[in-house]
Amino acid sequence: MYSYSDFDESFVRTRVAQFAGQVARRLDGSLTEEEFRPLRLMNGLYLQLHAYMLRVAIPYGTLSPRQMRQLAMIADTYDKGYGHFTTRQNIQFNWPKLPDVPAILGALADVEMHAIQTSGNCVRNVTADHFAGAAADEIEDPRPYAELLRQWSMDHPEFQFLPRKFKIAITGSPHDRAVTRAHDIGLRMVRNGAGEAGFEVIVGGGLGRTPMLGHVVREFLPIPDLLPYVEAVLSVYNTLGRRDNKYKARIKITVHETGAAEITRMVEERFTETRAQFGGADQALLADIRAAFAPPAFRNADTAAYDAAYQADGAFRAWADTNLSQHRNDGYAIVTVSLKSHGQTPGDATGDQMRVLADLAETYGHSDLRISHEQNVILPHVHKSDLPAVYAALKGAGLATANIGLLSDIIACPGMDYCSLATARSIPVAQELAVHFKALDLEHDIGPIKLKISGCINACGHHHVGHIGILGLDRAGVENYQITLGGDGSELASIGEKIGPGFAYDQVTPAIERLLRAYLDLRLEAGESFINAYRRLGPAPFKTALYGTGDHLDAA
Amino acid sequence: MSRIFTPKVVTANDLRAGDVVYLTAAGQWTRFHNEAALFTAEEAANAALDSAAAQSLVVVGAYLADAKAGPNGPEPVHFREVFRTRGPSNYAHGKQVDLAQAQKVA
Repeated sequence: MYSYSDFDESFVRTRVAQFAGQVARRLDGSLTEEEFRPLRLMNGLYLQLHAYMLRVAIPYGTLSPRQMRQLAMIADTYDKGYGHFTTRQNIQFNWPKLPDVPAILGALADVEMHAIQTSGNCVRNVTADHFAGAAADEIEDPRPYAELLRQWSMDHPEFQFLPRKFKIAITGSPHDRAVTRAHDIGLRMVRNGAGEAGFEVIVGGGLGRTPMLGHVVREFLPIPDLLPYVEAVLSVYNTLGRRDNKYKARIKITVHETGAAEITRMVEERFTETRAQFGGADQALLADIRAAFAPPAFRNADTAAYDAAYQADGAFRAWADTNLSQHRNDGYAIVTVSLKSHGQTPGDATGDQMRVLADLAETYGHSDLRISHEQNVILPHVHKSDLPAVYAALKGAGLATANIGLLSDIIACPGMDYCSLATARSIPVAQELAVHFKALDLEHDIGPIKLKISGCINACGHHHVGHIGILGLDRAGVENYQITLGGDGSELASIGEKIGPGFAYDQVTPAIERLLRAYLDLRLEAGESFINAYRRLGPAPFKTALYGTGDHLDAA
Repeated sequence: MSRIFTPKVVTANDLRAGDVVYLTAAGQWTRFHNEAALFTAEEAANAALDSAAAQSLVVVGAYLADAKAGPNGPEPVHFREVFRTRGPSNYAHGKQVDLAQAQKVA
């Protein structure tokens, strides 16, 4: 994987030293909170409901075992023994104390990590397909481009004070696991008529209070044009984007108000200027970065051990059926480790679990770990013959839950259990749903489904692109949950529809059960997924399942 | 135009630990909501908030939160403030355990 250059190293170390000084000056009164707040946010330190929260970037979701062990050390030493992996491929520590934060940032710098640009109106952590470099359907590993974007955007002087935050996602596969259509810029690798790889450039997607899918502004962008083109998009946005109204400041609103055709024209015009300014240094850099992402030395070995375990062990088979994905190398599998054990907090891992994952990656996984936006951990390269051993080790660490892609594989934001912006809780809703459907033993019958929960309109839990989305709100001082249906974050992206009034906290699980029992009755056959049944039937029968047939409930 | 004033407590987070704190009648900070001073007049509440905000070496993010009188002292009104008195619902972390331990020691 990519290692910091001297420049990266010195930049991050300098920032740690600066922040240590800033914390000291805040504590001795030389800095007011008003002066200190933007400085701490520039270093990923938020003040939440019960404590500070440190948000650490995991660029394109890639971690080495050494980095994972350091996160475990930080969790154990400075926090309460766990970390929370987020939908932005970050990790959040929920209980750091202010005087300890410089030491935490120093420990992160020791393993080439930081919390810079995890807040503020700048280019945030660039996210990528968590199966990058391993997926069978991939055109090319997108991470070298993500790393190029990371280096370009890091402390970019022109883009530190954008109208609003800016999120870029990239995938190298036709099957979109990176939700590219819901990002400020989405980059999808495609091939042109001549068979060359390039990018489809999507601009103006985003969730939040005004969910929108991005528009394709360029159907095929040659690879060497990536940085000048992205810079042109940012440049146009930086000029046009609204600074008068925080809620209209994201690029999705700029595109919506200006029109996709006009934005495209302006970007292309600006691109002629930016392209002329890039003298090829970026391509030289890209060549170096590519070398750091060379595929591991895949080994050829017999897979009989896997086949035997698959036949003999039902629990292993159930796990293999849900948690393995097809690898580009037939002898290998991609392992998704569920951080969604029924009843646990989605996305949380203890320090001990992180160390087990680091050990497994080192022993069996070519020292590669990924964090998915779906809040799971991926071992992207595991030889099939090693899967029984990996499964046994995961089981011993409480990490062998066989539920990837099923109902209990829920995305949930921290919600009002931690977040100061939240309007309702999301974690306990996810916990209850997972436990309830496990008790009913229905989730395998229900099959593939994306259930996503946000605790406020900002939609960190991606509820708009959940097949079932749940949004927690404060209705007159009481938690209330709105259900949306038909959303999709894949290459068939769509925004879910709100189909009726919200439910009280204790009515969410019964409502979802009614909805899914209706689906089981309505589907054509077991292979018709919830989302496909919804697309075929429309909202009406599901609305009836949720609300009955009473007309009086149509108001919301 | 006069309007009915909902009683308030002054709350903030401890600058160093981040823990939720409340302003007492003596102008000190407590971890316990029921030890907070309950302000029933708007002017007094605002004055208390100003004095709290001035204690920037001790607390951060002071604000007024709705509260009501209870048998053991002020009680929170909104569910957000109820959560702030205990900690998260997914783990036994925060006040729900820290305060119990503090009470045991006392």
